[in-house]
Parts: sequence; C-alpha cells; structure tokens
Amino acid sequence: METGSSTVGNDGSNSFTGSSLKEGAGIHYGHGSTSALGGAPGGRAASAPLMGKLFEPTLLELSHPGRRAWSLRTTGVPMYPTEELIPPEHTRRQPLGLPEVSERDLVAHFTRLSHRQFSVDLGAYPLGSCTMKYNPKLCDEVVALPGLRDIHPAAPAQLTQGWLQLLCNLESALCTITGMSAATLQPAAGAAGELTGLLLIRAWHEAHGASRRRILVPDSAHGTNPASVSLGGYEVTTVPSDSRGCVDIDALHASLGQDVAGMMLTNPNTLGLFEESIVDIAAAVHDCGGLLYYDGANLNAILGVVRPGDMGFDIVHLNLHKTFATPHGGGGPGAGPVAVSERLAPFLPGPRPVRNEDGSYGWEIPSSSIGRIHSWHGNALVLARAYAYILASGGDGLRRIAELAVLNANWLRKRLNGVFEIPFDRPNMHEVVVSASSLKRAHGLRALDVAKRLLEEGFHSPTVYFPLTVDEALMIEPTETESPQTLAALADALENIVMQAEANGPDAAREAPRTTPVRRVDETRAARRLRLTADMEPG
Amino acid sequence: MADFTPHTEEEIASMLSFLGIESTESLFSSIPAAVRLAGGLEMPNGISEPDVLYEMTALADANREKLVCFAGAGAYDHEIPAAVRSLASRSEFVTSYTPYQPEVAQGVLEALFEYQTMVARLAGLDVANASLYDGASALVEAVNLAVSSRGDPGVWISAGVNPRWRKVLSTFAKGSGHKISLMPLVDGTTRWADPEPGQHSSSHEASQTNPGSPGALPESLGAVVVAYPNYLGCLENLSQARSLADRTGAMLVVAFDPICSSIVKSPGEWGADIAVGEGQPLGNPLGFGGPYLGILAARKEHVRRLPGRLVGESIDVEGRRAYVTTLRAREQDIRREKASSNVCTNQTLMAVTAAIQLGWLGASGLAEVAVASSRAARYCRELLCGIDGVVPLSSAPTVREFAVYTGVPASELIGRVAEDGFLAGVALPEELSEGRQDGLLIATTERRTAAQIEGFAAAVERALR
Ligand SMILES: Cc1ncc(COP(=O)(O)O)c(C=O)c1O
Repeated sequence: METGSSTVGNDGSNSFTGSSLKEGAGIHYGHGSTSALGGAPGGRAASAPLMGKLFEPTLLELSHPGRRAWSLRTTGVPMYPTEELIPPEHTRRQPLGLPEVSERDLVAHFTRLSHRQFSVDLGAYPLGSCTMKYNPKLCDEVVALPGLRDIHPAAPAQLTQGWLQLLCNLESALCTITGMSAATLQPAAGAAGELTGLLLIRAWHEAHGASRRRILVPDSAHGTNPASVSLGGYEVTTVPSDSRGCVDIDALHASLGQDVAGMMLTNPNTLGLFEESIVDIAAAVHDCGGLLYYDGANLNAILGVVRPGDMGFDIVHLNLHKTFATPHGGGGPGAGPVAVSERLAPFLPGPRPVRNEDGSYGWEIPSSSIGRIHSWHGNALVLARAYAYILASGGDGLRRIAELAVLNANWLRKRLNGVFEIPFDRPNMHEVVVSASSLKRAHGLRALDVAKRLLEEGFHSPTVYFPLTVDEALMIEPTETESPQTLAALADALENIVMQAEANGPDAAREAPRTTPVRRVDETRAARRLRLTADMEPG
Repeated sequence: MADFTPHTEEEIASMLSFLGIESTESLFSSIPAAVRLAGGLEMPNGISEPDVLYEMTALADANREKLVCFAGAGAYDHEIPAAVRSLASRSEFVTSYTPYQPEVAQGVLEALFEYQTMVARLAGLDVANASLYDGASALVEAVNLAVSSRGDPGVWISAGVNPRWRKVLSTFAKGSGHKISLMPLVDGTTRWADPEPGQHSSSHEASQTNPGSPGALPESLGAVVVAYPNYLGCLENLSQARSLADRTGAMLVVAFDPICSSIVKSPGEWGADIAVGEGQPLGNPLGFGGPYLGILAARKEHVRRLPGRLVGESIDVEGRRAYVTTLRAREQDIRREKASSNVCTNQTLMAVTAAIQLGWLGASGLAEVAVASSRAARYCRELLCGIDGVVPLSSAPTVREFAVYTGVPASELIGRVAEDGFLAGVALPEELSEGRQDGLLIATTERRTAAQIEGFAAAVERALR
C-alpha cells in the first residue's frame, strides 16, 4: 500500500489523485518526514487549498520534528526532577504523538481551514429548524469581559455576585418570555433540556404515586424528542399528523390513556405551522393526568406574540443557540434552559441561583430536586450572550424579531409557490417546508441535489429530509436577520435551479456542487473504510 | 434599540402587500386569540449596544475576578495563548452550524478529525468522538454505552470520580435504570468490592436489588468506573479495577485528565475500554463552568455504539481527500427512539479550540504544562503542610492537585484567604473528607509562580492563626 511517495500536499504537488487514493496508496500520515529541505513537512504557507486546488494537510502532516510554538511562564518554582513527581509505575510510556509546528504554521493551517468553512457571517444559512440568525458581535465582547470569562465555577457565592445576578436576571427574563414561573439554566443544549424535562415529568408522577409508561410524540417531531423519551425511561407513542400537517386530534384522543405521562410538542411545529388546536390538545393531555412539554426550538416565531405557558404547556426547553442568537460554533455549544410552571418548580435541578431576601444572591437546591444535570452551572458564557441579546432586544425588539421572521418565511412561501410543491400551502410561521417531489418525478432530482446546487449559488442549503412526514422535504428558515434582497436572491437561485433542470435536464444539479472547496463526498466509503483518526488504517 | 433586523418600514409594507395582508398582526391569525399575549411582554424595551455593554460590565465587575486561582476540581486556570484565542474566535468556526453539508464545512470537519486523532492518542485508545457537553455528560454516555452493550445495569463507581459528575450520573440513572454502587476511598484510593451500606443509589425500577451486597462481587456488571488522577488528585493503581471488570464482564471506564495524561499512564495503558474527561483545560476559559468539553474515547470495537458525532476521512467525486460525519445511523435524527444517545448540538467549538491548543503545545509543551503544574503543586503542598494544623488528606501520590485538612471549615477559610487575593481551592464534600468540613482541594497550574505560592501559603497561615 505505502508507495513511498512524499507526504501528500506538503511538497506542494498535487499527486493526490483519485485513482491512487482509491487504492488507499500514496498517503503518508507520519509525524514528519525526512525529505529534503523545501519538501519537508511544515511551513507550506500557500493558500492553494483556498482555491480548492489542494486539500489542506492535517496539522499532523504539517508536523516537523523539533519545531514548536509554545512558551511558558517563568515561575521560579523549584525544579523537582520528574522522577520525583511521578512514581515510575504511574509514568506514561506511550508516546504522545502530538504535532510539532511553528505558531506561524498553526495560524496558517487553521486560517486556511476557516476559509473552507461556510458560516452565518459569510452568507444566508436558511437551515430549517436551526434558526441560523446573525449572531451580534456585541455578545462576543460581553463574553470576553475578564470579570465573566475568568471566573472559576467553584468560587463561592460571595465572590461571584455578578454572575449569580446575571443568571437570576436571565431566568426571570426567560420565564417572562415563556409564561412560566421558574427555570433551570443547567442543560447544555436542547436535547439535554428534553431529557431534563422528561425526568421532571417522571419525578412529578412519582411524587403523585402514579407510574406511567408512555410519552406521546408527533410524527413530525425532531429526532431528539423520541431519543430523549427512551433515555427518560419511557416508551414513545407516535401520534400521526392530519391532512393539514397538524396533530391529528382523533388519533391523539385514541392514544391517550391513564398510562400516558405526557406529550412533547413544538409549536409552531416542524412544518412551520401553528398547532391551532393547542388549547384542546393541552386539555386532552391534562384531562388524563399527563403533562405537556414544549420543545422550544421554534420559539423564534412567537416571541412576544403567544407564550407556551398561556397555551397550557407545563415544561418548556429553549434553545438559546437558536432563538437568542448565540452562535452555533460549528455544532455547539448551545444552551437549553428548561422553564416550568409553578407546580413543577420544586423538582427542578439544583443548585439554582436565587436572590436572597437581603438582595444578595446565592445557591439553593429545590425541595424535591431531580438532581444535578451539568458538571457546573450550565454553559455560562452562552447564557451571558443570550442575556445580552435579550437586553439589547427588549420586549419590543423580541416581538419585532418574531414578526420579521414570520414575514420573511411567508414571503418566501408565496414567492416559491409554483417553483416547488408546497404540501401545506397556507400562512406559515417562521419556516416553510417545500417538497422536491415533482422534480423527482420529472427529472429524477432529489432534495439533496437542490441543496447541493444551491451551495454553488453561495447560499447554505435548507434542511433536507426533515420533517420525515414530507417527501423530499426542503425546510427553509430565513430568520429575521436576512434582508428582502437576500430573500429575493435566494428565491431566484432556487427558481433557477428548477428552471435549469427543466430546460437542460438534471445533470447540473446532479453534479453540483462544483465550486466548493470539495465536491460531493463519498459517505459510503467513509463508513465502509472507517478512518476516524490519522492512526486508523482504513478498514 | 440595538436592532439586528435589516427591514425598513417601506420594505415591510411592500412585503405585507405582496402577501395581501395589512399588518404584521395578521401574520399570526392562525394563533387562537384566547391564548395570545395582549399588550406585549412585560419587560423593558431594548437598549443600545453601549448601554448593554455598560450593564454587562457592571455585572462582571461584581465578581471577584483578580483572585490568584488555586481552585481546580475539574476546572483549571491554564494559560490560553493569543494564537489560540485568535484562531478559535474566527467567525467561520464560531458562526457555522453542524457540518451537515460537508462540501462547505471542511474547515470544521478537518479540525474535528484532528481533534479526534489527538484525543485518541492522549487517551491511548483507538477512537474519540467529536465532543459531548462536559465531563459529566461524557461519563453518563460512557456508562450508557457500557451498560447497553454488556446488557447489565450494574455500575460500580469509585468515590474518587468527580462527585458532581456522579450526581449527574445518578440523576440520569432515574431514566435509564442503572444500578449504581459507590466504592469508597480509603487514604485517597478506591476500596473495591466493599460498598458501604446505604451507599447504593438505585434506580426507580429495581431499588431492592442492589448488585454486590457489601463485600460480595457480583457475577456480572455493566461498568466499572474509576478516575485517574481521582478527585483528590491521587494516582491509584488501576489493575484491580481492570481485573474487576474482567471478572464481571464489565467495561472499564476511566475518567482521565487530558493535561496529566501527558505524563501519567494513559487510560489505554491501564486497559480502559472507554476514557472520559473534561476538556476545559485544553484552551477553554474557566467561564464560570461552561461551555466546556466532554471528552470520550474508546476502543475500536465499540465504534458503532459511540454516542455523538464522528468525523471520518473519505474522498470527494474528484478523488480529493475530504472529511464527513460518518456512521450517522447511530444518531437520533435517524434512529429516533432507538438511538443510544440523544445528543445533537454538542461542544464543537470547544473541540476545535482544544485541537488548536494541542497544536500550539505539541507533545513537549503539553508535558511541560503538566510537569510545571505538578512542580507547583509539590511546592505548594510542601509549604502548606509546613503550617501548624495543616495535614495532607492522604498519602497516595498526587499530580497537580491535592487535598488537605486545615482545622478550619473550608468555606470559611476560602472566604478569609480571598481577602488577601487568593481563591484558596474548593471545599471537599463531607463524603470525601470523613464527614469533616475542613477538607480543602487545591490545584495549581503552570501559571502559578513561586511568589504567588509563597504568598498564598502565608495567607493561609494568617487565616489559620
Ligand atoms: C425541533 C428541534 N427540537 C430539538 C432540537 C435539539 O436541540 P439541540 O440540538 O440543541 O440538542 C432541535 C435542534 O436541532 C430542533 O430543531
């Protein structure tokens, strides 16, 4: 297999061809090489990968023995010999194998990687359900404040009054926004909030002497919902949607029973439609003793318009990394606070930040707490960003955010009418789900092809194949931060893709994308010849 | 008042007329009037950017920030170099979503591949996932993996595992039904196979059937969990834990410290099946506890059961090397209620940061950080234990963290020493200090100078007088 060729990419050549790679040959993944100066790994400061001409070698391939970036503080601490510090039976013998690079190469490498990465700051990211709105720079500044950033989480309350006040203020703002009475800020993401909510449901029923087995989840729900239900020790009962894309009320009634612990719902739902029967749904679930859980991933649509608490929900998780503009970080971090109605407050995770009678702040464990769910207090710096965003927006601004998010999505729906099939063509909320099924029938093109072709136009693609209830789904969420001009350009791009397919056949879309740093990636190969680290021989 | 929406009033009007409606209010006509919020949210109106900064600065100023940090307990005050801060705050990394479209996400994907490689090497294991929320969530996921693949809910966990992580594990065990038995620490190391009566925290389903009644080794277990170094900073011999796992068919889960592991045996060297850890020390700020980084690494044979995202190497249609998330069929969006984990959003940016930090340090730098941290700990321990009334809590070897009794309740001592500008450490829970309240856990990093350590020891001495 090893051909002995030079380390790919490091010598500036583009010998890394498809054919040689298909045999798995020609790649050298060592920590440096002995090739002559100039061809040696490390220091290839060219931006060729930016142009898609080459791939970017990994940091491990850029490693050059003896090179280093680090320098540490001069401390004056006695230089105890290492043998004295670590007994021999505890000493590591395995080599560490970390890369050896100069700071210049490190910076060049990650900067080139960043140039191979789409982001909100680069352009519209209409990824349905993900609420990829603009992330204000103001919040970057906030979390760089040393008085927030450099605080140890175990520092006692009397030394962290500012943080505790911030958390209490955020909790109360979130309660106002959701119409609930108390919240935990510990969950690190939406899914962690869901599982927390399910454990709250469990604790509630146990405290009332009931053991219930099932949780109802609509068929249009996000995958984390049913996964969380299982981890919460419950069984999932899937409730089908009706012909209007909403919870089928008859089926709901048929599914309910004394063994139902609760129901999870997002409203507006994942089709971007408001569940108009929400009051009846809430009554039906409550009538049989169940609790109603709100998946807050879609809260952006209803900020200041209607509150989950007023709709009858008992437990709400929020995705601060969606609604409250904290950046997604390439997949995280997020924050998934859970707010509850008064009767559930005693069960919340603890310790919780609280305001004492004398106006100072401290920690408290609720009387029937389900326990801790985070190593510390939650993703605190993400919480600080969200709080700054809420302060900046205010009650009036939050309402305007919802209005413009819904306006943008409706404008797109109307504009795309006739371009794509719109399975539920009526006023929607913050997102619209269209279907590429007619393209599939006519040209054999799939939602995925449309998504890939859109990348060539400089837009991120919508979410595809979700919700599962729509064939060839393209789920588009423009958010309120995109201008009417951006919406028009996005719609034009989508329309062109369809017109091009109709005029010239499906090839352009099938071959897309051609202008991105890499083109379509062989996912089957990735799974079959699994290579998850530079040390794994593709199996 | 700060406004991040671009629309002018004219544009709004023209969009509304395109939709054939009169006001933005009508956008919400599908919402039943009975539940709508009349009169808007009861909160102040928006304020300008400088006003927000002013308010947030006031909150920041209400924290005591300049304390010289001797606290650890899973969160460490390491140096974060300028290059790492700068690269990790590039908005291409910060403002992108999960890399679902690999053609435009090679930056994050390749950085995660590097992270997976470096973390697997640190742990001495074959594979690592692309991050979980924090140390506690990595522990929970590892135990879930062990229990589900071994088909046994029994979990033996050392009291040396971070007590807050153990609490999180017990919280989630109420849903998953694990049967957890706590193994006490004696002189800083775990005493196995002898759970203290009353120390079983059991699931809702099987609260009567504790595995391993005191002294007895159960025939089968799902997981044996131990920390290295443990919460008291001590190194213990893990061969007993390994053989316990072998005899019960359990997986050995080792909670490790990514900094210390550069100089002490890796989880892999001890024979761990799964390693979990808190990745905060790899370039992420203290940040009052988050966002941090849950590390999970494992042997190759468990790869199809791993929780969370995995990035794999492949090629694009032109044969160019390319990265993509792989083995996706494990995950919740495909598996739904049958998924072994519900994790979706993780801590990618912290993982990317860790990759950058590990790149900046390299092998020699990381080991130097660990050595400098332990030298500082040794010096600090010597000075403190020279003070009348201060005694070490155990005789087991320690690395960069250690515990002492001081004779004064730890929370009180921390308060007193703070007045001299030091964060003295973390108060030990009574379960780890023989019921005493004067157990103090102290950590040092490569940032602590001799002068700071000497000043700290003098402050402790004054406080104890
Ligand atoms: C509708 C819905 N519910 C739940 C989640 C899960 O949230 P998270 O990714 O923060 O765990 C998401 C986000 O992906 C979502 O879109």
